Amino acid sequence: MRVPLSWLREYVDLPAGETGRDVQAKLVAAGLEVETVEQLGAGLKGPLVVGQVRTIEELEGFKKPIRFCTVDVGGANGTGEPQEIVCGARNFAVGDKVVVVLPGAELPGGFAISARKTYGKVSHGMICSSDELGMGDDGTHGIIVLPPEHEVGTDAIELLELVDEVLDIAVTPDRGYCLSLRGVARETATAYELPLRDPALLDVPAPNGHGYPVEVADPLGCDRFTARTVTGLDPEAQSPIWLKRRLQKAGMRPVSLAVDITNYVMLELGQPLHAYDRSRVSGAIGVRRAEPGEKLTTLDGTQRVLDAEDLVITDEGGPIGLAGVMGGANTEIADTAADPGSGRVAGTTEVVIEAAHFAPVPVARTARRHKLSSEASRRFERGVDPEATSAAAQRTVDLLVLLAGGTAEVGVTEITAPRAPHTITLPADHPDKVAGVSYGRETVVRRLQQIGCDVYGADDLTVTVPSWRPDLTDPNDLAEEVIRLEGYENLPSTLPQPPAGRGLTERQRLHRRVGRALAGAGYVEALNYPFLGEEVLDQFGLAADDPRRDLVRLVNPLSDAEPALRTTLLPGLLGALRRNVGRGEHDLALFETGLVFRATGDEPPAAVLPVDRRPTDEQICELDAALPHQPRRAAAVLAGDREQAGWWGTGTPVSWADAIEAGRVVAREAGAELIVRQDQQDPWHPGRCAALLTVVDGEEILVGNAGELHPRVTKALGLPERTCAMEIELDRLERAGTGRVEAPHVSTFPVATQDVALVVDASVPAAEVETALRQGAGELLESLRLFDVFTGEQLGEGSKSLAYALRFRAPDRTLTAEEIAASRDAAVSVAAERTGATLRGA
Amino acid sequence: MSAPNKSYDPVEVEALKPEEIARRRDEALAAIAAAGDLEALREVKVAHTGDRSPLALANREIGALPPHAKADAGKRVGQARGQVNQALKARQEELEAERDARVLVEEAVDVTLPYDRTPAGARHPITTFSERIEDVFVAMGYEVAEGPEVEAEWFNFDALNFPPDHPAREMQDTFFVRGAKGDGDAEGSGVVLRTHTSPVQIRSMIDREPPIYVICPGRTYRTDELDATHTPVFNQVELLAIDEGLTMADLKGTLDHMVRALFGEGMSTRLRPNFFPFTEPSAEMDMLCYVCRGESVGNPDRPCRTCSSEGWIELGGCGMVNPRVLIACGVDPDRYSGFAFGFGIERMLMFRHNVEDMRDMVEGDVRFTRPFGMEI
Repeated sequence: MRVPLSWLREYVDLPAGETGRDVQAKLVAAGLEVETVEQLGAGLKGPLVVGQVRTIEELEGFKKPIRFCTVDVGGANGTGEPQEIVCGARNFAVGDKVVVVLPGAELPGGFAISARKTYGKVSHGMICSSDELGMGDDGTHGIIVLPPEHEVGTDAIELLELVDEVLDIAVTPDRGYCLSLRGVARETATAYELPLRDPALLDVPAPNGHGYPVEVADPLGCDRFTARTVTGLDPEAQSPIWLKRRLQKAGMRPVSLAVDITNYVMLELGQPLHAYDRSRVSGAIGVRRAEPGEKLTTLDGTQRVLDAEDLVITDEGGPIGLAGVMGGANTEIADTAADPGSGRVAGTTEVVIEAAHFAPVPVARTARRHKLSSEASRRFERGVDPEATSAAAQRTVDLLVLLAGGTAEVGVTEITAPRAPHTITLPADHPDKVAGVSYGRETVVRRLQQIGCDVYGADDLTVTVPSWRPDLTDPNDLAEEVIRLEGYENLPSTLPQPPAGRGLTERQRLHRRVGRALAGAGYVEALNYPFLGEEVLDQFGLAADDPRRDLVRLVNPLSDAEPALRTTLLPGLLGALRRNVGRGEHDLALFETGLVFRATGDEPPAAVLPVDRRPTDEQICELDAALPHQPRRAAAVLAGDREQAGWWGTGTPVSWADAIEAGRVVAREAGAELIVRQDQQDPWHPGRCAALLTVVDGEEILVGNAGELHPRVTKALGLPERTCAMEIELDRLERAGTGRVEAPHVSTFPVATQDVALVVDASVPAAEVETALRQGAGELLESLRLFDVFTGEQLGEGSKSLAYALRFRAPDRTLTAEEIAASRDAAVSVAAERTGATLRGA
Repeated sequence: MSAPNKSYDPVEVEALKPEEIARRRDEALAAIAAAGDLEALREVKVAHTGDRSPLALANREIGALPPHAKADAGKRVGQARGQVNQALKARQEELEAERDARVLVEEAVDVTLPYDRTPAGARHPITTFSERIEDVFVAMGYEVAEGPEVEAEWFNFDALNFPPDHPAREMQDTFFVRGAKGDGDAEGSGVVLRTHTSPVQIRSMIDREPPIYVICPGRTYRTDELDATHTPVFNQVELLAIDEGLTMADLKGTLDHMVRALFGEGMSTRLRPNFFPFTEPSAEMDMLCYVCRGESVGNPDRPCRTCSSEGWIELGGCGMVNPRVLIACGVDPDRYSGFAFGFGIERMLMFRHNVEDMRDMVEGDVRFTRPFGMEI
């Protein structure tokens, strides 16, 4: 809502020197979000005067038509001689009154005017357009042509009210009444503790039976309908400058007198109005729900198919307006047009004015259904004062009579559904308890009366809220009014004492540890958008029935290319990797932890549960069942060198092993033992892909995959060759955690180290050999480490040698050579039995 | 090793003759003096003091002597070995000093050589800042609560007192989730991407008995296009306190405590009336500009970039939990009251760390994230 300060002063006698910024500060403290204070005409300096065009000479030979004019500016130029001015606009004729800026003046934006040579002539000033004067759009796109009654030489700065301040207020949805000068003036008056001149306090004739017939079939949707008729309007009458200027400053474009008046009254009183051309309305005006399939072409020229829920205004011929949203083109006030033959000016001469009150919900739904938000719908959705219809109709009638020479018909139609004023009962100390401040009953009552409430009672107050405040429904609403008017800035600062807490949960600590561990291992965290398109899943080579294709889809994605939510973290993370490569980083290790979203395909729609009580546990379960599965995962991607080359030697390129190790890093933080198996899974390289498993409740479960990406995938995604990736599901890993660690017994007896080199078939996984060795070695084995893998001619085709260092130690004695040899032999023999291993050189 | 032998005359034991011991001692001292470096000295040490050295062997013979001769012989051998050891120690120190002066100098390296073999990793500032905020409240006794990002509308809107057709719903620019059958029914699924972390507050109230003190950090979604100051995917931290007798003054005190913990002593907050469906009374909260502390206001000589010389920085929204929300969650509004607040982590990071462009926080550029390290 844009509020010109000059207009606001009409209703509140603000101190003379009060600036827009001062008013802004007061209103902000009272809870109106005044975003900016626009300084109109800042830097504007005269002389800027009314002139009359004397002569026009068309200059030839230029790229565009140029006029050389003489303009009478009276004595404003000091000589009284006509002023010579070059002008590029064409929407004026000899004799027209225009606005002239003379040399020495300065226009907004620091544009200094001087006599200057242009198009072969000297131009002593300019004939001004509204743009040049910072007035906003007047719809003409040319220079300003003033009504003829203005005297030559008159100061145009004052005439056009060019200097002003405009408060731009972002009105919150509960403060519908502040979408009007009346509402903002009320808040201003309260903030300054000054009286308000309420523009809605008008003498209104009593309703009678002679007015335009109106039938309201839906009194819930429309509880008030005032209709007034004005006849004998002069189609040639124009909006006066003051009216146009106020509309412009408030951000509306002047259109025609009748329309301008309805807009003006809406801005002033907050009551949306509609003027119908009476000659185009047939029979009684009705208010009802639309018939399904009915059509209406609205004022914006769009034909709309109506829904049975739409509240419509009708005449005998069907819908003539979407109630509270927009009127129909069929009863629109006609544009004034001169008939070329007769010169007779045709236009609307009789109007029926509608000032009605529509319920917020149907208007909101209709506006949303037809994607049609208007000044009217914005106000009705937020609540309009239902008591203001007759005053608003009266104000419109008055202005039509005054400015368009019309005559008000005596008929006054007023349809009113009975409504009881809303009352709230609250303890007088309720605001005190909400704020933590002792205001006292007197202050509470005074503040509530200030906003227009009637207040009765002693310890318990019965408060009748004013008609323009439909947002005040609960005791806390009234508490807020008291507290804000007493000043939020005066609230004390106290600290409550929560019960002693238990800190983070295990799960939350795990999530933190995983991030720290991966960052400690050299990975940089990237938090990627979870939006996903199917193209990347195709590029991943996922089969049609891959569960990662069970997408949760959005109705209104930001991009049609990414209409769904991620089922895997990898696409986003690989995108970040590619972006970094594109920016010149080549050695990269990135990680992310976050949710993925898996649709089950059977989610029922989520019910809308009541809000007047807690839902039952069953209802909560049903709501949760409507949601997709949303497990938390961790993923890491790598490219380039894991270890850089340097003076110490060559670098180490990233490898599948780094990716698997990243999985181990994560698993270690979860306290889970990770089992690594050979696997084939898209988008990984079929020979360099590991399944990551862990044991939960005695059963192995898959928790993730890791390895090098398939070359086809790196190519399709534009990634560096041999990019590696790991993804692991934290929620599953968490279940595998061993929990409390049992402290090991630290033996101080000497260690015995034994190296064994085992030859196995190349296809035997090292992990199997290791498992066999561990089981065979028994309890004396302290640790085991694979320190070399060898393949070569000596071993023969298809074999490999795995060299292990075994460390044996007993908790209570020094091991004998025999014990050590027996443990080693037992280890080797189990390995031989399970994997066909033979001791190398044996 | 020799067993005691009572038939031997001590003078018969060659090795224990005084002149023989003196000779061995002198040989050792000469060798020590002649050792040119630590390696040579080590050899000398083995040769003259080791288990097989002449003096060590002589020492063993003492045991074979008759008791009356043991003392003399022992004294002689002991003195000789003492002299040798002393000389060794002295020479060892001499040679070490020499080595320190010469050899270690030769072994000098350029310690300024870089060793960026594995570049450091880092956590994203959004993560670490969120944790830092959590820690402030966890220290006060709050719990951290989490919830789903794809959420039922009832949790995201209805329970928070957003009536179905209220314009407040449209302020939220919601992403709607398609129903499972996928036939394009726009809003029929009743499921959305949560537009704030407030549904976690609802879940907290439904799952817990008062008193409830929780902090709810997490990812949230609104249909804004990414630009320098907006992102469709952002992070919020919300706080909820439900207890007997909580007031707006408690809300103010909690906010003041938070900004002091995050931005230093002397910080404070300011409340301005505002509207949110889920709180009543509601307020917009500002914090004192931590850079200029308000001193740039009306002081054109000292403009402040952080607060645009406003003196205050807008943080987010807050208020007393609307009793209607308490009712929807089964909390008795006659007994309990509560307060809540919420703000965007990105925004706070932007002014706390002078992040100039929102895109830097969403693009995952390692050059942006690395300097933030492990904690913030």
